[in-house]
Amino acid sequence: MRSNAFWRSGEHTSIPGRAPKIVPNGSARRSAARLARDAVLRMAFAVEAYCRLLARVSKACLSQPFYRGDLVQQMDTIGVASIFIVMLTGLFTGMVLALQSAVEMERFGATVYIGRLVGASTIRELGPVLTALIVTGRAGAGMAAALGAMRVTEQIDALRTMGVDPIRKLVVPRFLAALVMLPVVTIIANFVAILGGLLIAVLTLDFTAELYINSVWDTLAQSGFVLRFIPIDLIQGLVKPFTFGGIIALTSCFHGLRAEGGTEGVGRATTRAVVTSSILILSADYFLTQILLAMFQW
Amino acid sequence: MSDRTPAGAPQPGSEAFEAELRDEIRRELETHGSGSGGPEIVELRDVWLSFGDREVLRGVSLGVTRGGTLCILGGSGVGKSTILRLMLRLILPDRGEVLIEGRDISAVSRPEALALRERMGMVFQGSALFDSLNVFDNVAFPLYEHTELEDDEIRERVEEVLSFVDLDPAVVLPLLPSALSGGMRKRVAIARAIAHRPPILLFDEPTSGLDPITTRRIDELILKLRRELHVCVVVVTHDVRSAARIATETALLRDGEIIFSGTPEEMHATEDRYVRDFRG
Repeated sequence: MRSNAFWRSGEHTSIPGRAPKIVPNGSARRSAARLARDAVLRMAFAVEAYCRLLARVSKACLSQPFYRGDLVQQMDTIGVASIFIVMLTGLFTGMVLALQSAVEMERFGATVYIGRLVGASTIRELGPVLTALIVTGRAGAGMAAALGAMRVTEQIDALRTMGVDPIRKLVVPRFLAALVMLPVVTIIANFVAILGGLLIAVLTLDFTAELYINSVWDTLAQSGFVLRFIPIDLIQGLVKPFTFGGIIALTSCFHGLRAEGGTEGVGRATTRAVVTSSILILSADYFLTQILLAMFQW
Repeated sequence: MSDRTPAGAPQPGSEAFEAELRDEIRRELETHGSGSGGPEIVELRDVWLSFGDREVLRGVSLGVTRGGTLCILGGSGVGKSTILRLMLRLILPDRGEVLIEGRDISAVSRPEALALRERMGMVFQGSALFDSLNVFDNVAFPLYEHTELEDDEIRERVEEVLSFVDLDPAVVLPLLPSALSGGMRKRVAIARAIAHRPPILLFDEPTSGLDPITTRRIDELILKLRRELHVCVVVVTHDVRSAARIATETALLRDGEIIFSGTPEEMHATEDRYVRDFRG
């Protein structure tokens, strides 16, 4: 038996009786360059495949056959089933925001603006982004796992052999359901978050409910209105979740449909779906904010 | 879902019921088919296929006529299942023709390929039943997709095909695939494949992972399909005994090439060393 020290030394990696292979520095550099090139190529192919999936889904959304039953089922899975967890997230986020801002604003005697701060940050940023991240973890992971499992058990091939396009049957309903339901659950999350702020303002900071609600409304009114009565903040708050919904569904389906290597492959696809969706949501949030700021000139 | 049968109609599983089903399928075959025997309705002509640098198929040619059963034999990973995927156009060959009822499925337009796919039923190695759907919805799936049948008619057809594969519709219809044994799943998959009455059936390792008794039952079912429904069957398997029972033609694949083709009797009689080693 070899000692642990022998295994730790790395001697076992060289073949007995042969001189250890000496790798010249230049060769190591070439290997590293090849690895980097392969990684870039893989990334480029993945981006191309993602764009092709988006194109196919967009085309399929506008033509028959259309699976209405699957759409309703997915709206339930992505939207309705996420409401509870989204409400919880919204409630505690609103409460924490009110508490933290009260501590800071009290120093400047500006606690009266707590409603403004909670309202603006929730509707413009935290509501859409946190809701999207929660739905990614809940529904996006589920989508990737379901499609991945279907792929590794040949169910997707079975669909194709029956003349059914998996994009139409599996991806389009999830994509459309996410586009519709993300704004809906975001509105709910925003409402509950503002309510959470109200609870803290009234119970802890001795605000009146009227003062808090007026403060929130002032924030909404301050940015102006579209068509005279729709606050611009609300428009921004809905453009973002609409986009995030598309990102979640498309990314999750993309990774699910590319799963390979049995159950382990399904796990990898699910992890990739959640990580990629989260990164895309956060980066898209920045660019969308820039665009919306430029459009509405905040 | 009710289990009733329309008044006056033969009971599922009865002799009269199966006779009626066979007649109906024969009529359909006569309408769309190319006549018994004669020209090959599934044929590969000099098909080449590579995955990256690896050549999977090298000039493969084979075929089967209507009413025949072709067993493609070979070791693991030699490209047997790939041949079925080519027949379904799940992948495209680098070179060569894949003829289904005389038309090259790899060269036709996408809608035409979909129409040709409807002429085939496929039974996957792992059955590939939709695990979120119960047995009824699984078997009815192709009927809802490709036929204009009313709900009652679809229900009747589902019960017919389940009876044909020796499953009791009253028992299995509401079950999810996870509640079925391996053999039952395979039979439900066969029922789903024949539900829309295709003239061509493809089987990928139909007896893999099954015990000897269930294997024999599945073999008998494949024989029954050929005998009673006169369908053309292509089976990919590594089980030589099973192939000897069900095949009218065999083809042995090695390193991407067909190294032997002939009847099971010819395969048994051949002196080729690899063939002898393979059949054991």
